[in-house]
Amino acid sequence: MFRPLSRWTAALALALAAVSGCGSGGPATSATAPAAGGDARQLTVFAAASLTGAFTELGRIFKDAHPGTTVMFNFGSSATLAQQITQGAPADVFAAASPATMKTVTDAALATAPTTFARNRLRIAVPAGNPAGVDELKDLADPEVKVALCAAQVPCGAAAVKALEAAGLEVTPVTLEQDVKATLTKVELGEVDAALVYATDVPASGGKATGIDFPEADKAINDYPIAALTEAPAGPLARQFVDLVLSRQGRDVLAEAGFQVP
Amino acid sequence: MTTATTPASAPGRASGRERGGVPGRLPWPLVIPALLGLAFLVLPLAGLLVRAPWSTLPQRLAEPQVLQALRLSLVTATIATAVCLLLGVPLAWLLARTAFPGRRLIRALVTVPLVLPPVVGGVALLLVLGRRGLIGSWLEAAFGVSLPFTTAGVVVAEAFVAMPFLVISVEGALRAADARFEEAAATLGASRWTVFRRVTLPMIAPGVAAGAVLCWARALGEFGATITFAGNFPGTTQTMPLAVYLALETEPEAAVVLSLVLLAVSVVILAGLRERWVSRI
Repeated sequence: MFRPLSRWTAALALALAAVSGCGSGGPATSATAPAAGGDARQLTVFAAASLTGAFTELGRIFKDAHPGTTVMFNFGSSATLAQQITQGAPADVFAAASPATMKTVTDAALATAPTTFARNRLRIAVPAGNPAGVDELKDLADPEVKVALCAAQVPCGAAAVKALEAAGLEVTPVTLEQDVKATLTKVELGEVDAALVYATDVPASGGKATGIDFPEADKAINDYPIAALTEAPAGPLARQFVDLVLSRQGRDVLAEAGFQVP
Repeated sequence: MTTATTPASAPGRASGRERGGVPGRLPWPLVIPALLGLAFLVLPLAGLLVRAPWSTLPQRLAEPQVLQALRLSLVTATIATAVCLLLGVPLAWLLARTAFPGRRLIRALVTVPLVLPPVVGGVALLLVLGRRGLIGSWLEAAFGVSLPFTTAGVVVAEAFVAMPFLVISVEGALRAADARFEEAAATLGASRWTVFRRVTLPMIAPGVAAGAVLCWARALGEFGATITFAGNFPGTTQTMPLAVYLALETEPEAAVVLSLVLLAVSVVILAGLRERWVSRI
């Protein structure tokens, strides 16, 4: 098995060299492509999953104001997006669901001076009809009630931990979900009796989940920072999109989606 | 798959071990793409090895959560493979050895989990086996059994995603196997069940083993269906891929370590199994 392999080691090394050669050549050519493209302008926005509705709407407004521009969104977990940006993903704007994830990007000197543009608070989400009769946060501590929380590693989970601590409650969830949308899905399908999600996510469920506000949520408000990236391939367009988000019009769209705007 | 076809191509078992027997120079149109393909598959692994935080490796490995997730992964993947063998081999036999209307459609349906994004597979499982699912609601009402958020749920999700790998390779082995041996046994008076047990199964053993290995490997790496159907809770449903994903959120270095552990364990087990089972024939 191994004899023929060793005979080909030289050829393999050659192939590896060829592949790594391609690797170093690739980014250079793709970086020059947008500049050569001239007027066909593209703006790429990396935004937290909870911003999906509001930012899609803002993208439409931005396109109307800048004819000939296409706006591409990459929605996902803030931590994953930050990871992608620090690994060199060609993003122009980053809107995160927590200052901590934005800090990963500013620490890498890929963005400066992020601005807080929205705040989100937690809400209890229960399936339509509220089968377990959940009214307030302390009902989640009942062992009979199946609860889904976000994992503590993601912003909505960190906020849930903070809110439960503030209320002095011990809650044993049946699952720690990877993001807020997955947590809400468990509620929508009726697999759990209650979950802690962002206030903005409940309207997005289209009536399959109901939201219940609770006072301890004030202790766990999430700040959403936004920044134009220093190496934005779209240049000044990035700043213009940030300005739109911070404008009167942008704030209206965000408030409409259930965010608190500063 | 190559092992699956060996019994048919070399029934005399004489030259089974000698590979690459045709003499002459190796053709470059095959060798160059082969090496590129190899590099493509192996380079990401090299990336993990280069980026691994070797200095902090021992501490990270000593964390109880890591061992817990690893054990859960190995146990659930093994049980899922057993379930797949129990259900998948008969299914493959049905597809390869019997004729019934709609067989083509059934064969296409068997591959659905291969095409379906695993997360969608997880949602589909919830819709059937969840608390409000078609079968799940009945299970809960009749027996008080609820699969989501349990270790059994992890096995279900893994088996769902991994079973097609087993069925396809076993079916391939059955089609390649010489049916005349089975016919001879039948003419000598063996029942169909006896023929399957004493003739068919020994003949396709390498194919079954290869399928089981593929199935186990797929189950071990399963992420999407598991996190969607079974959720994520340390000790009960958090398998290694789930732990890797969540570690990636906060500590990419820890994620690299966890991935390496998973890789090392699976490579050791697969290489060991190959020696014992697959290449024995």
